[in-house]
Parts: sequence; C-alpha cells; structure tokens
Amino acid sequence: MEKEITVTINGTAHTVKVEPRLLLVHLIRENLNMTGTHIGCDTSNCGACTVLMDGKAVKSCTILAVQANGKSITTVEGLATAEGLHPIQEGFKENHALHCGFCTPGMMLRAVELLKHNPNPTEEEIRWGISGNLCRCTGYNNIVKAIQYAGAKMRGDKLPSTEPQFV
Amino acid sequence: MIQCKTSKEIGGMGHSLKRKEDARFIQGKGHYVDDIKLDGMLYMDIVRSPYAYAKIKKINIEKALKVPGVAAVVTGRDLEKYKLHWMPTLMGDTQMVLPTDTVMYQSQEVAAVIATSRYAAADGVDAVEVEYEVMKPVTDPFKALEKDAPVLRTDKPGKKDNHIWHWEVGDKAKTEALFKKAEVVVKENIYLPRIHVASIETCGCVADYDKVNNHLTMYMTTQAPHAIRTVIALVAGHVGLTEEKIRVISPDIGGGFGGKVPVYPGYVIAIAVSFLVGKPVKWIEDRSENLQADSFARDYHITAELAGTKSGKIQGVRFKVVADHGYSDSQAAPTKFPAGLFSIGTGSYDYDTAFMEADAVYTNKPPGGVAYRCSFRVTEAVHAIERITDKFAMEVKMDPAQLRMNNFIKKEQFPWKSPTGWTYDSGDYHAALKKAMDAVGYDALRKEQAERRKKGELMGIGISSFTEIVGAGPSKDFDILGIKMFDSAEIRVHPTGKAIARFGTKSQGQGHETTYAQIIAEELGIPAENIAVEEGDTDTAPYGLGTYASRSTPTAGAAAAVAARKLRDKARKIAAYLLEVSEADLEWEPGKFFVKGAPQKSKTIQEIVFAAYTNHPQGMEAGFEATHYYDPPNLTFPFGSYICVVDIDKETYEIKVRRFVAIDDCGNIINPMIVQGQVHGGLTQGIAPAMYEEFIYDEDGNILNGTFMDYLVPTAVESPHWETGHTITPSPHHPIGAKGVGESPTVGAPPAIANAIVDALTPLGITHLDIPITPYKIWKALKEKGVVKPVA
Amino acid sequence: MIPAPFDYSSPTSIQEALNLLKKHGDDAKILAGGHSLIPMMKLRLATPAHLIDINSIPGLSYIKEEGGFLKIGALTREVMLEESDIIKAKYPIFTDASKLIADPQVRNMGTIGGNIAHGDAANDHPAVMIALRAQVVITGLQGTRTVPIDEFFHGFYSTAVQAGEILTEIQVPIPPKGTGSAYHKLERKVGDYATAGVAVQVTMDGSGKCNAAGIGLTNVNATPMRAKRSEDALIGKKIDDNVINQAAHFAALDCNPSKDLRGDEDFKRAMIQTLTKRMIQKALSRAK
Repeated sequence: MEKEITVTINGTAHTVKVEPRLLLVHLIRENLNMTGTHIGCDTSNCGACTVLMDGKAVKSCTILAVQANGKSITTVEGLATAEGLHPIQEGFKENHALHCGFCTPGMMLRAVELLKHNPNPTEEEIRWGISGNLCRCTGYNNIVKAIQYAGAKMRGDKLPSTEPQFV
Repeated sequence: MIQCKTSKEIGGMGHSLKRKEDARFIQGKGHYVDDIKLDGMLYMDIVRSPYAYAKIKKINIEKALKVPGVAAVVTGRDLEKYKLHWMPTLMGDTQMVLPTDTVMYQSQEVAAVIATSRYAAADGVDAVEVEYEVMKPVTDPFKALEKDAPVLRTDKPGKKDNHIWHWEVGDKAKTEALFKKAEVVVKENIYLPRIHVASIETCGCVADYDKVNNHLTMYMTTQAPHAIRTVIALVAGHVGLTEEKIRVISPDIGGGFGGKVPVYPGYVIAIAVSFLVGKPVKWIEDRSENLQADSFARDYHITAELAGTKSGKIQGVRFKVVADHGYSDSQAAPTKFPAGLFSIGTGSYDYDTAFMEADAVYTNKPPGGVAYRCSFRVTEAVHAIERITDKFAMEVKMDPAQLRMNNFIKKEQFPWKSPTGWTYDSGDYHAALKKAMDAVGYDALRKEQAERRKKGELMGIGISSFTEIVGAGPSKDFDILGIKMFDSAEIRVHPTGKAIARFGTKSQGQGHETTYAQIIAEELGIPAENIAVEEGDTDTAPYGLGTYASRSTPTAGAAAAVAARKLRDKARKIAAYLLEVSEADLEWEPGKFFVKGAPQKSKTIQEIVFAAYTNHPQGMEAGFEATHYYDPPNLTFPFGSYICVVDIDKETYEIKVRRFVAIDDCGNIINPMIVQGQVHGGLTQGIAPAMYEEFIYDEDGNILNGTFMDYLVPTAVESPHWETGHTITPSPHHPIGAKGVGESPTVGAPPAIANAIVDALTPLGITHLDIPITPYKIWKALKEKGVVKPVA
Repeated sequence: MIPAPFDYSSPTSIQEALNLLKKHGDDAKILAGGHSLIPMMKLRLATPAHLIDINSIPGLSYIKEEGGFLKIGALTREVMLEESDIIKAKYPIFTDASKLIADPQVRNMGTIGGNIAHGDAANDHPAVMIALRAQVVITGLQGTRTVPIDEFFHGFYSTAVQAGEILTEIQVPIPPKGTGSAYHKLERKVGDYATAGVAVQVTMDGSGKCNAAGIGLTNVNATPMRAKRSEDALIGKKIDDNVINQAAHFAALDCNPSKDLRGDEDFKRAMIQTLTKRMIQKALSRAK
C-alpha cells in the first residue's frame, strides 16, 4: 500500500506517494531525478549513497523513503549556493581528491558532517571519519588533504598549499 | 623540479593543472550509465545460478510473468532462436550469454526478467523457478588437469580435457643447463589469488534499439567503446545490426581498472531484448553480481625459480604457471599473448637466461582473467621476480637493496634486450632505488630493525624494484580480435583558436580531459583551458582500442602530439605566408612563430588559425584540423623502486604499514598532480591484494565472500599515508618521452609489502607467504612452524 | 537488491507499537536503526509482511544516570554514545566499542537497542553489557519486565524479547569507585564484525585487590558469552601478571569459536587470550 510522504530535499519540499519498500536513494535518483547520489553496493559498506538527513550523514540505500518522511535531506546538488561552491567542493577540486567521481558526492557529504563536529580534524581523525566511504581510485591521501583544506576554509584560516608534495 | 616549456597560462606539460572534469563531478553532474533515463525504458534483472555446476532441468516462468510490471522473461532457449545464446570472448574462446542446458559457475546468468521498473524486475527474478540437477564441480585447476577429471567444456566438439592453451617463451635448454650447474638455486610456489577490480560503479548499460531506423544506441560502462561496437557487429551482424547501425556511448565511468573491458552477458541480453521489443532496456548490476560474476583478475599459480652465484649474481629465472581461467578464457589480452605480458618477469636485472611457460585451465568458476589495474599479467610477473629475488638475497645473505643494486641493468645498457625478447626502452634503476632509500632513511631503518629484533619485536623492510611494460602496442605484435592496437587523436581548431580534440581512448578517472589538453597545449601553444577533450562516442571519436593497460598516454597521448605537430607544420606555412618570409626563417616558441632575428615580427597561433579559415594561402587546404593514428614502434617500460616498512604485533600479528615510499619513473610527466594521484590510487590497489582482497571458494564452487561485507576493499584507515616521488628517464621513442603510470603502483606495491612482512617474520623462520597476508595467515604459518601453539 | 513488498506503520507511542505487534504477530518486524534488518530485506533473507517503525516514538532516546543505573534508551543512536559527556567521562568502554562498530554513517542510524535485540553474537554491545552486568528492560502489553543480561541471549538471533514485546531500555549499574573498563575487537578491516572481541570491567579496592570483575566475549560462541572462570580468576586477588595470564587462559579455553573466513578455532582462541590479557590491563589502568 502506498504511503504519502513529504521529504524536503535541498530546501524544496516534495510530497510523493511511495511504496513502503522504496529506498531513499531510489526516491532521490529515480522519483525525483537527482542523480548525483550514487549506488555502489548492496550491503551498506561503500557509502556512495551518503546524504545528510537532518544534518546527519546516512547511507540512503539502507533507509526507506518512508523513514525520511518529514525530514530534511541534503544531497550533493544542495552543496553549492548562489555564492559559489561549498568549501568541501572547492577542497576536492583544488586537491585532486577525485578521479572517477563516483564516490565523491557521498565522500563530500560525510566530510561536511565530520567538519561540523570537528572543525580541525587530524589526519587520523579524518581517515577514521571517512571509513564508511570507499574510494577505489585516489588512495585517500588527497581526500584527507581536501578535507583539511575545506576545514581551513570554513574556519577562515590560511589555506594549505594545494601543490603536490614529492619526496 | 620539473621544467616547463610553456607558461602557466598555456598549461602545457609539467604543469599541475587542476582537472577540467572535476567541475561536474563535485556538483553531482557527472553523467553515468545509471543516470540515463529514456522514454518507455524497461528494466532488466537477472536470475543467477546458486550452483557452480548443474544441468538446468526446467525453468518455470509462469509465476514471474504474473508479477505486476513484468513484461517478459528471457531464457537461453529464447536467445538460441536468434543464435545469440553464445558469444565470442576477446580471446577467441566462447562464452554463454544465457545457458540452454548447463550452468558452469555459481552466479552465472540463467534468465533475464524484463519489467517496467527496477522493483518489478527484482520481484520477477524472485518468482522465476529453476530446477537444477546439481553436478560435482571442478574448482581446483590442478585437479582439472588430471587425466580422469571430468571434461567441462562438452560444448566443444572433440574436447577431451580441461586444458585451454600452453604458452612458453625463452631458451628452455639453456635455462635447464644453467639451473643444473648454478651455485645457488632458490624456488618458491607463489599463488596470486582471484581478486576483483571492484570499481565503485558496477557495470551496466542502456540498450536503445530503434526499430524504425534499425539503429542501436548502446550506452554502457566500457573502457573500449570502438572495440565493443565491432564486437557487437560481429555477434549481431547476422540479425541486421551491422557496424554503421551501432553507436556505442561510454558516458562517465565510475572506475574501470580492467573490469569494464570485457563484454558481459548482461550487455548482450539487454541488446537482444531491446532489439526484440523495440524499447530501451536498462541493466545495472548489483554489487554482489558484479563481484560474483564479472571477470576476475589473477588466479595464477606460479612456480618461480632463480639461479645465481654465491656472491649474489643473478644468472637466470624459470617460471611455470598454471592459470585458472574459470569456465571460459574470457580475458582481455592481445591475441598473440595468451599469458599477457608475463614475460616481463625477468625484471630489472641484467642476465641472459630465462624460460617461462604457462598452461591455462578450465574450472567451474567465473570466466575471465582481466587485469586489475595492470597491463596484462604484469603484476603476476613482477610479484614472482621480486619475491624470488628477495628469497635469493636471503639465501646468499645479502641485503636485498645491495643485491638489487649489484644486479640492475645499468643506465648505459639501454635499450636493453631481455632474454624473453623485449627491448626495454630506457631506465635508470640505480637512481630510483637510491632515491627511495634516501627518502625512507634505509640505513637507519636497518639499524633500528636490528635493535628491535634484539627485543623480539617484528619490524620489516621490503623493497620492490619493478619494471613495467605498457602501451600496447606495436601493430606487428599486438591486436585484439585482429584489430591492431594503435590509438588515435583528432584535433579540430575552431576559427577563434579554441579547439576540440577527440580520442579513441576512454577515461575512467585518469583525467584525460586535462592531460590530453596539456599535450596539445604543449605542442600548439593553445591554452589547455581552451581545448575541449571528448571521448567515448563511436559516432564522433576516431577509432581506437580504448583505455586499459596504461596505454592511453603511450598511444593516444602520442597520437595527440603527432596530430598537433601536423598542425604546427601547417601553422608554419600559414605564418610564413602572413609574414611574407620563408618557412625556414621562422622560429617557434609555444604559442607563436616569429622571424629569426626579428622577434617583434610574429604571428600567434590564434592569428594563424584564424587565417586558416579567413585568409589561407592559395592552394592550401582550408581549415585547421588533423587526425593521427599512432602505431607505437615499441612498448614503454616505466619502472620504480618502492620501500615499505611494517611493524607487526607479536601476539595478534596485526600488520601496520609504518612507511611506504614510492619512487616512480614514467618518463616525462604531463601533469605532476595527476601522476601523483594515479600513484596514490594504484598504491591503495596494491595494498588491497597484498593484505586484504581475495575470493574464496569452497569445494562445491560456492563463493564465500561475494559482497563488500567480506570482500575487503581498503578504507582510508587501512590505506597508509603514501609518500611518493619520481625520477625522470624519458622514453626515447615516444613523441613526448612519456611512458604511462596508472598501473605501476598496483604492480610494484604488493611485492614491496609482502617482502616487508616476510622480512619482519624472518627471525621466526618464515621465508614466504602468499598474498593477501593477513594476521590469520601469519598465525597459521607460525603454528605450522611450531612457533605459536594452540591454547591448551 | 530490492526488498520484497511489505506494509509499514509508524506508531507514535509504545502502546500503539505493541498493539500493532499483537495484530500482525510473526509477520511483523520492528524497525529501529534498520542497519541489520534492511540489508537482510534487500537480500530477501528477511521478508516481513509488516514493518513497525518505532523511530517516531518519543522518549526512547536518552543516556542518563538515575537510581543507581546508567539508563540508555533503546533508540539511542551509536553516535550519541560516542558523543555523550557522561560516557566519555565515566564509561570509556562504550567509546571503545562505538568507535569500532561499522562506520560513522551506520552509527548515525544504528541503535543500541537494535544492536542488543538482534541477538547476534557478532555485535559488540552484548559483550560490553555482559562485562558491565547490565539488565534489559522489555515492554509488552502486560507491562514492563527487567531481564539480567545473563538471561537475555537465548541462542542464534534469539533473545528474551518475546513475541509482542519491545526492548525499551538498557540499565547499567553505576560502577563503584575504583572501577575501570575497556573493550577491543580484532577485525579484518575497520567496520568489520569481530574476529574476536573482549570487554572487561574490573573494580579494585585501594590495595590492588580486585573486588569485582566482568568479562564478555564477542563472536566466539553461538551467543554473546561471559568468561566466568576468567572473572573468578580475578575476583578477590591481587592482580599481577600471573593472575592476568590465568584469566586470559581461561577465556581462551572456555570460548567456543567456530571456523569461518576470519579464522579457525585455534586462532580465535589465541586472539581471545591476547585480547583478554590486554583488556584486563587496560581496564586496570583506567580503574580509579
């Protein structure tokens, strides 16, 4: 039996009728056509589907759309504003923190939540903080750098160098 | 420091230009296959076999057809009517699209459900009832080779065993003679298990057949769109789908690493269904399907032997391989190289005797043998030589760094002819290892290790000094299904001096949109930001064999440079005409021609291009476009030296990678930032098989770890902080002196890690462990040696 | 990977949830964090006809000290345990455990009630609760009952929560002065289920003697298990290396691991021995 739900996504309220079994990620991608949120596994391991639900990073492939009723969701499409890119987006771009781009939206959204709780995380804290997001391309070094860069930008500190460092 | 010939504004080679492609990805505007939605699109989901080997007695589709939204269920019998139930593999073997009688591995496709939604298709799959008669599978390749083993490929008339092919290279008699008389011979059985590329995007497609126009548009996750178009035409030409009626579009790809080279049954079924119903059909794999059924990598059982002198001189190697290909040889290797480029396994060392052989075997496991971010079996070869070299160093009691230094091919010996027939283009192996040793502080680490060993602590240092072989390849030797392995570039410069360049390759994250633009910027002086790069659409891109095996820079990158040089030659003619001087009086600096001795008299490339459309010399062809198909004269041979430092807990045997220094030499560097990024990523895909990833099958052929819960892809916590650097030894034959780099770290890292772990455990009597090396594996090995005892 | 169809209710009171449970009987499942249940439903290993989502019931998410107990509401998310000041200051064992459970996103959804009610010996909180000698509050239409943790786990995925009941609270006795606790598990990679895990709580008197001890083991038995002989080896003793080794040895002997991809029996016993030793040492170092 279909349920009517209202989910606010990136500030816009959507009232839709859905099957209870519809996964939140499919509501976002299929019903509402926002395809920036990706699916990478079946078992809640990869984090490609990460979105913010009421500010908390969650795996939208393991949440029913009906569970998001009345909640506010932020997807990658909601990160940038009229003023420009979100610091995390800038951080990823400036620090070569993405290759194929598939894990990037989920990785950035988790990073946003991480920085909210811990504005100046250590490398160790960042690595544990993104341990629910798999990246197969970058080897993570530059993702760490990107999150540190975004943190500095959000704190208003001097931005770290984005040049590659070699031994 | 990398010297740049162009200004930062032009952004040619050597600049760490930020990537052009990132703008869309960071905004969620990447366009991947699963993002495509077409009017009337149907969804396909696949029924898979729970058994590794079984006869199909009956497929009952009645219940499935009653599921709301289900439009059709397709079986092998349906495809048989159109002779589409079998297909050729890229290695000239055959593979089922859907079975008519027998399933040959667990998770093999059995039937396809077509429905109006993803959810209905899944419900349909749940409702299909299949009756099987289960048979005893053969999962061990050695058992499959035994005389009384059941013959698996009964579809092949006259096939009396499970042997696929034998391959050998080198001088067998000379090698045997050496091994008989050598002072020191070391031997090890080395197994590289089945692993999976596990790109975060799985495979999928949207097949869109237009009945009215008899035209197929195939959006798919492929690393080689043109080759796929040709394969589709070969498979489906008999039903009227000839090559000009097929357009393959490879949109953004969420990681490839070799796993998106083969043609999987799902693609073919989607095409067949779209062809029959005249509607677009989408098929997107689940992760478990991707892991359990798509092409695997490795599964090489290697016996490696090395002969040398007591004083530590390496004199020869002998490798013998049994390659488990599953039920079909569906690897993606060049035709003449069934064992890929395994013959690079002589390594970075100077000796003249080698013999290698391989036998491939059918078993009841998924078909394949693709790369895992590596060039055709190079990882297997490098692992064997770098492991056995360490064992030899141990045997002759020499420091493994010193032993390598003593045996390296010297800089002045290049081009160097290897005993297996390759001509290494260039190298300076001593410099790379020296740089790595200095960066890690090798001597101090060895001292620290000696101190820690006295206290019973387990610290290890491992080296890998690898030679890669990439850039397949020269047409005299390299083809896939007969198509020579050149690649292509087409550059069109618009009247206002901005350009679009198209290529036969296909980026899956490598950054081609940026690096190809930089190559053209280097050659023409047009700013890289004014050069759009496009790939992946067979209707617009020139023919090419695609991106894998680190071949894009060596082939298409070279094509870009040569095509740009053709344009520069034309530009010189136009400039001479405009400046009213002879061509010989002109000199080039990036971005303009000027008159020798009168630099104020010049024409910029933009002025010249504008003239090509508005004021070109009489008799000259108008416009400013060039295409080049580049057939490389040789492969390129990137190399590097990696040093890994590990600490192992002496009770839990947890392994901590304390340091990892990687020095790569990929010749001239197009974009240092991107090269470094590729190295970082490759290193994490090196630690993955070294310590975490492998597929495990039970004797009934069941895969025991077919999801991300148990197939252990490293996170940011397992992946250490990589320290990377480079030396630069240009390729002498490549137009821009570049070599290719994406795979070197995946190739070079596993033996460095394995060597470090074994080094740490040497005091406990361990001389070898197969990868992935886990705490459990170490504990078991120590138990066998009596070092640890079960609790009693 | 799509779940089979089901009906869904989102009650806003315990009473309503219990009524729904009664109405739907065995066809219904409780949805809390969902991170064990929904993956099983996607794989169609679980196909409940009705899901009762208790997330809209107010008042089930809290961490508070009251009446001699640390009381944790069943819907308390793992992340709240990680971030709670009370936990950080007085119950570091929860911080040890929470950090090792799955990953941050899962911990944002996963609940402590679900972790325990799932009855999975591979989950981490059960061993912790055994070490802390917690009790579990279960609510049914007949009212509320409290079950000691030692009577809670009945078998594989089977607990004291009966049909028609909901786990509503966990109560941990507030430890006396001189108490320290610690948890660690070995995992193949971060976020994995335990190869083996050990939770220890010890209470020391001022003279270096152990007054009380609790030791729970993760994933080395069909149910989460108490290492009774190991506890007894500590209680009443002055703790030295010999005593610790004896306790660790008993834990290794008494557990019942089975062979799987994480290791064979011998390996797991050996790891339990090492972890027990280390966790006792760590708990001691925290005892104050």
